[in-house]
Amino acid sequence: MSPLANQEVSPASTTAAAATAPVLSVRNVEKAYNVGRPDEKLAIADVSFDVAKGEFVCVVGPSGAGKTTILRCLSGLLPPTSGEVRFEDARLQDVPDRLSVVFQDYSRSLFPWLTVNKNVAVPLKVAGVGKQEREDRIRTVLHAVGLGDVGTSYPWQLSGGMQQRVAIARALAHQPDMLLMDEPFASVDAQTRFDLEDLILEVRRQLDITVVLVTHDIDEAVYLSDRVVVLSGAPSRIAEIVDVPLGRPRNQLTTRSSETFGRLRSHLMQLVTTA
Amino acid sequence: MPTRAERTGSPVVAAAITPSHQRPARAASRPASSLRRLWSGIWRLWFFAVVLVAWWVLSADSTSTFFPPLRNIVGRLYDLWIAGDARTNAWSSLQHFAIGYALAGLFGVGVGALLWKFARVGRAVSPVLYFVYVIPTAALLPAIMAIMGIGASMQITIIVLAAVWPTMLNTLDGMRGIDPIKLDTARVMHMSALRTVRTVVLPGAMPQIMAGLRHSLQIGVIMMVVSELVASESGIGFFILEAQQRFAITDMWTGIIILALIGSVLTFLFVAVERVVLAWYIGARAVEKKG
Repeated sequence: MSPLANQEVSPASTTAAAATAPVLSVRNVEKAYNVGRPDEKLAIADVSFDVAKGEFVCVVGPSGAGKTTILRCLSGLLPPTSGEVRFEDARLQDVPDRLSVVFQDYSRSLFPWLTVNKNVAVPLKVAGVGKQEREDRIRTVLHAVGLGDVGTSYPWQLSGGMQQRVAIARALAHQPDMLLMDEPFASVDAQTRFDLEDLILEVRRQLDITVVLVTHDIDEAVYLSDRVVVLSGAPSRIAEIVDVPLGRPRNQLTTRSSETFGRLRSHLMQLVTTA
Repeated sequence: MPTRAERTGSPVVAAAITPSHQRPARAASRPASSLRRLWSGIWRLWFFAVVLVAWWVLSADSTSTFFPPLRNIVGRLYDLWIAGDARTNAWSSLQHFAIGYALAGLFGVGVGALLWKFARVGRAVSPVLYFVYVIPTAALLPAIMAIMGIGASMQITIIVLAAVWPTMLNTLDGMRGIDPIKLDTARVMHMSALRTVRTVVLPGAMPQIMAGLRHSLQIGVIMMVVSELVASESGIGFFILEAQQRFAITDMWTGIIILALIGSVLTFLFVAVERVVLAWYIGARAVEKKG
């Protein structure tokens, strides 16, 4: 069970993180649509898990397993039918202040009528951040996602990968404690996808935020996470929660070719396909 | 949906990978495109010029009462509208139009937004709205004249009643069509209802609102004239009708030409405003087409 030696750069953060109180706590969440109607449909049967501060957790499952529904429940956009979600020790009513969401499709979540700078400025304006500090933060956060000189461009003038970077920058602008991501790299090509995966790992390391990422891509889940929450098919339950004992920082080449990675990958693959 | 990266092909993707080469995919370089625009402007107008010349030449020896020579019409146009005082008619028409159109635009966007915001009420009100919408406003003229009498307020009312619909229904439609992910984004950012409307809903619906306003503009001009033809003692419509009644056919034509000119200028102004307001939309569409 030992990962390759050259990956042991830093000890896995899981053990340290698990000791502190969970920042997000999901307790017996159930979600049904159209309750009381003939077309009532149970999307989530019973899901519970915790996310510790600073942890990177991926949620995977077979297609149609209600992954997006789970994420919407976690973000407070969708109230669960029963059970509860607690964020920073408060029961979730609406979207909490210290939480940000990155949606799958940047072309749908970015505002095409605003320039990149103004897109990133929106959450700061809502929070009442003054003009000078706003400009500083926009510059910092665009720099953090590897975007330099594009502030005055419109999103639709940029490539897909750059647009998703803008969306990530916007989500980070008001310095949230936690980032929820719904298949954030599903709409970009493979190479850009690798870049964005490394970007989000780097951003998380620098800003020390907690990340929960929903994906259908098992390799991606293993590559990114400290733990992977595997959902069963609809209506979803927890199939298994798998620890990922890979060292950090991770590397697209060496991490993905390690023996541990391969073992985790086939284990998860089996879970997802038989779930 | 294919991503933009896929559609635009490798050069842009490469730009995303190598930060030092980050360059937005901009439109074609300026000088070439402005030259092309000039040429397309000329190309668009040549036929118009041919028609004018043909009209001038073919009507030069006309003795018909109804189709006087264009030269005479232009001469009268100068005498009446530029040297003379017929232009007070134009001012009066334009005043009614401006007030009526502004009110129609405000009501249209305002009521449309309310119908969107209070969707349940909107669903109950919609059938009534569509029922009123299909009544040709010209048919309401007698009723409105009976209620309001003859005068500016009646003319403005007619313009508002006719012109409000395209804007209102397009506003409602455009706001209903806002991508739910954008509204989720607004919620995640804790935008207030007012800020959501200002920052997300109104700009998002703006392409359709502008289409509605453009349609309202045309209807507004039509109703401006109609109201003057039926019941008025001033305005371009009144001038045309009055000239026809005293068999001053040449004068009548000058009024019609003035109307055509006013309509063209208003449309031109509208398009100019639209180009500014919807610059992002026009740009995004061009990128999409090119991809």
